[in-house]
Amino acid sequence: MKNNLIRFILAWIALATLGARAEITLEIVTQGAHQIPIVVLPFANDRPGDKAISPIVGADLTRSGLFSVLDASDVKPAPADIEGVNWDDWRNRHADYLVVGNVQELPNHHLEARFRLMDVNTQVARLNLAFEGTPEQYRMIAHHIADAIFENLTGDKGMFSTRIAYITKQGEQRSLKVADSDGVNEQTMLTAHEPIISPRWSPDGKRMAYVSFELHRPMVVVQTLATGARKIVANFKGSNSAPAWSPDGTRLAVVLTKDGHSQIYLINADGTGPVRRLLSSGGIDTEPVFTADGQTLYFTSDRDGGPQIYRVSVNGGEAPQRLTFGSTYAVSPRLSPDGKFMTYVQRDDGQFHVMLMDLTSGQTQAMTDTSLDESPTFAPNGKYIMYSTEVQDRGILAIVSTDGRIRQKLTTQTGDVYEPVWGPLQ
Amino acid sequence: MKKTIFALAVTGFLAACSSTPPETTSAPAAEKTAAPAAAAPAPMVAEPVKPALYPPKGVGGALGERSIYYDFDKYAIKDQYKTVVDAHGGFLLSHPDSKVTLQGNCDERGSREYNLGLGQRRADSVRKVLAAKGVKDSQMETVSFGKEKPHNPGHNEAAWAENRRTDIVYKGE
Repeated sequence: MKNNLIRFILAWIALATLGARAEITLEIVTQGAHQIPIVVLPFANDRPGDKAISPIVGADLTRSGLFSVLDASDVKPAPADIEGVNWDDWRNRHADYLVVGNVQELPNHHLEARFRLMDVNTQVARLNLAFEGTPEQYRMIAHHIADAIFENLTGDKGMFSTRIAYITKQGEQRSLKVADSDGVNEQTMLTAHEPIISPRWSPDGKRMAYVSFELHRPMVVVQTLATGARKIVANFKGSNSAPAWSPDGTRLAVVLTKDGHSQIYLINADGTGPVRRLLSSGGIDTEPVFTADGQTLYFTSDRDGGPQIYRVSVNGGEAPQRLTFGSTYAVSPRLSPDGKFMTYVQRDDGQFHVMLMDLTSGQTQAMTDTSLDESPTFAPNGKYIMYSTEVQDRGILAIVSTDGRIRQKLTTQTGDVYEPVWGPLQ
Repeated sequence: MKKTIFALAVTGFLAACSSTPPETTSAPAAEKTAAPAAAAPAPMVAEPVKPALYPPKGVGGALGERSIYYDFDKYAIKDQYKTVVDAHGGFLLSHPDSKVTLQGNCDERGSREYNLGLGQRRADSVRKVLAAKGVKDSQMETVSFGKEKPHNPGHNEAAWAENRRTDIVYKGE
């Protein structure tokens, strides 16, 4: 049954931006303990050089840390399908799984990559898929193939086809950038000589809310990726910051100081209509984040002294419940997509570490050994946390798997990179 | 090459601003609409006798200080800086046309958004003391830059101490 070909056509995701490619470099620091041995054969009729699809599939699986990707550069000519596969050879090389495929140019000039994921021992196909996209989408085609393989063999959704956003800073120039999750195809959404912070993808990945200081104090802006159109949605007296999308993408929780100190309000995502104050405290309330059902808000507050993380029903009623007790400073809550885990930053002995809390048991775990971590964000499959930190006086991004085994670094050639935020599944 | 790219990016942004200005649908900023008439500059003919709107450059003592420094995650004004706030309160009282922006800043550690809130509290703490001395609300604005505009780019306690700060910035200075 799996042998029936299933075809997918990639949506064209436009991004009205200008920018350079691959200014950010990904480096694998540690791998998983148990890696699945797999070989990705060169695709027949694949495109030449660095535009070839099958090597990108292999690179994706390698950087997930969960696969040991065997070298197949000696396979010539590349078989177009299973008939040309030397099964004994790959059994001897201890490959458990094998990917074989080919690339065609369609009459509409699109590319189509077909592949099968095979069990080497049984020679049974686990996947038989085709992905079609424009020639410019060759990397995205490869990422979707890697996602399908990852999901089939690990049971978790792949995140290779997702995108990330982050801020770069060189001198006083800040840029809000979007890139593929491997750091390639970096594009600039906004460049300013004033700070930009707190980018947040809309749930559908089509808009970005962020805080810009372009008017010399913080305001909340929503920018549509496809057109570049920008709209100020919160520009009240004082400070406007910390946008958090409601799960349906129609509203934003924001932090305003229009009535005094930082408090959390609810506004419409298009900036129209009434403003509703969600909470009232004598302290700083900030960094709101909604649960997936939109009914609960997690946030940071110093209402009990130092900053701690709380949660409260959006509909009011009960007092906020404090969740963090392990330190005098706990900030920046973000929830896993299944709502079972929370990542945040905690200060211990003067060091700021990314933490992971199991919200069912309340158990916590430090995920890093760096000292200036901030802005943790879950991958949309919940298996990785990306955050920013400082290494040798430079701001860099880092990724850690939620089991702590797999670690990667993303660095720019010069300057600092910070405020990472992982986009939704596309 | 990189310069070209940045130039293009900036051009693109400016073009976006001029052709499709970001639409403001929420309440406009107070400082845009609420500039009180008292702020009107002295008559142009009276240039030589224009009252000073800020303490003269090089003035000594507490009035020469423009910054109040804080402990980590704190916004209380320490005793040693109370004379600074008092001195500027006195100046503002005797110069009702003077205006200040109180700019709250934080060191680089911890959350950017929490630091934005903390910087606001730092600026507000100075504003409260000045208000208690009788300085008019219309003479004061507050803004927080959080940890986004550090004076000292270093990553050590000396740099951090320098960056946990409220600056008193006089208009026109």
